[in-house]
Amino acid sequence: MKSWLVSHAHVLLFTLRRFFTTPLSSLLNILVIGIALSLPAGVYLLLKSVQNLAEQAVGSPQISIFLNMDASKDEVAQIGKQLKQHAAINQVKFVPRDQALEQLKQTTGLTDVIGGLTQNPLPDAYVIYPKVSDAQALEALRDELQKWPKLEHVQLDSAWAHKLNAMLKFGLLAVLMLTILLSFALVAITFNTIRLQILTQREEIEVSKLIGATNAFIRRPFLYFGLLQGLLGAGAAWLIITISLYLLNNSLSELTHLYVSSFTLHLPSVGESFTLILFSAYLGWLGAWLSVAQHLWKIEPR
Amino acid sequence: MIQFNQICKRYPGGYEALKNVSFEVAEGEMIFLTGHSGAGKSTLLKLIAAIEHPSAGSIVVKGQNVSSIQSGALPYLRRNLGLIFQDHKILFDRSVFDNVMLPLRICGFDHRESAKRVRAALDKVGLLKREKNNPIGLSGGEQQRLCIARAIVNRPSILLADEPTGNLDADYASDIMGIFKSFHQVGVTLLISSHDESILRRFKGRVLALKKGELCP
Repeated sequence: MKSWLVSHAHVLLFTLRRFFTTPLSSLLNILVIGIALSLPAGVYLLLKSVQNLAEQAVGSPQISIFLNMDASKDEVAQIGKQLKQHAAINQVKFVPRDQALEQLKQTTGLTDVIGGLTQNPLPDAYVIYPKVSDAQALEALRDELQKWPKLEHVQLDSAWAHKLNAMLKFGLLAVLMLTILLSFALVAITFNTIRLQILTQREEIEVSKLIGATNAFIRRPFLYFGLLQGLLGAGAAWLIITISLYLLNNSLSELTHLYVSSFTLHLPSVGESFTLILFSAYLGWLGAWLSVAQHLWKIEPR
Repeated sequence: MIQFNQICKRYPGGYEALKNVSFEVAEGEMIFLTGHSGAGKSTLLKLIAAIEHPSAGSIVVKGQNVSSIQSGALPYLRRNLGLIFQDHKILFDRSVFDNVMLPLRICGFDHRESAKRVRAALDKVGLLKREKNNPIGLSGGEQQRLCIARAIVNRPSILLADEPTGNLDADYASDIMGIFKSFHQVGVTLLISSHDESILRRFKGRVLALKKGELCP
């Protein structure tokens, strides 16, 4: 057992040394793997962040109710009371038409245009926060409110979030397809690297076979190399993603500062990092294994 | 120890390297294999190490039928054999020491124990002072001795040497033959091929003479 471990440690060291004997090509290989991985993984993380935002919106839905322009003050108050008493509604916020106009002036900077209006075109409105949050119940509530008198329009504000979610699902599917395609590329990179190594080490393999090396012994350093290349490639991908997201977050905070919401892209979590590393290591190993299976048996001592 | 039963070897293309060869080697024997080049000496040695496979007949080495050996068992057969090649088959990407280390690494020996063994083997062939050098700087005779060190470091019970004195001058050649003699004295079974019969005459040992693939009586 001990000698088995020692021989594996020896092979690992030997493989590491092999990385350093051709530093430039090793580095380029690792970089290619890193870039190829960081593309789908980065897009995945971006989509994930947007999805989080959408889920937040879906999780705390609100409904905007716009009243008829001709509703009197009493009628408006009456509707507010009814809304407050409604069993499915948690909270009610009244937005008077004057305040809405004032807000519009401030947030859009259309002061001149609005100042030119002879009368306020905005209706009184209520923003309500229902107790329910699933889409069907929300739609039922909207339909119910729509039938009330003096209500011009009832709008479910989370509808856009549902649409966004559907689009995100489509995006994630595209990322999955991209991942599968690039996985093939990664396997091909390792396959080719190992093929070249086998060719340059032809003599050593031949002599080793003559001296009594088992196939497993000859295979081992190549498999280790593939595994290690995958691991280092994943490390490069992780760095590329983390650094890019960090930089994006920096400029994003300036951008979102102008709006109300605070939106940040989330960095890869521990679980996601592990998945990335294991996946890449597996692909490296697979590429090496395929290459060894394809090329090693051809080298028989003469 | 080694048994050949009516061995024929035909290469693709119809060339017959060995025709109906039968002989037996007892444990601890020193055998000289002679004949002109092309007589089938190399082929015979390759058959023992299962580098080539016979077209007909059977070969038994240490009680194991080599001609029908499973590929999984082949490495373990070869670990019992010390092979010395005419073209040395030395690896030039590593030191003299590491060349001799290779068989022990393959067998998974403990590192400290193997370092001792490597030095003992290098000492035996007189290359201990060159252990850190790259073999590219060694002379032909020294390379041949390095090849011998690599073959014996595993302490095999059978040593096969294909033209070990092939392109060496007389002094080097008798050096090497002296090394072989010392192995013979500790009970190693040796098969040494050579086309130069003048060297063989100076050593006691059974001679198997091949002529055009057939064993001369």
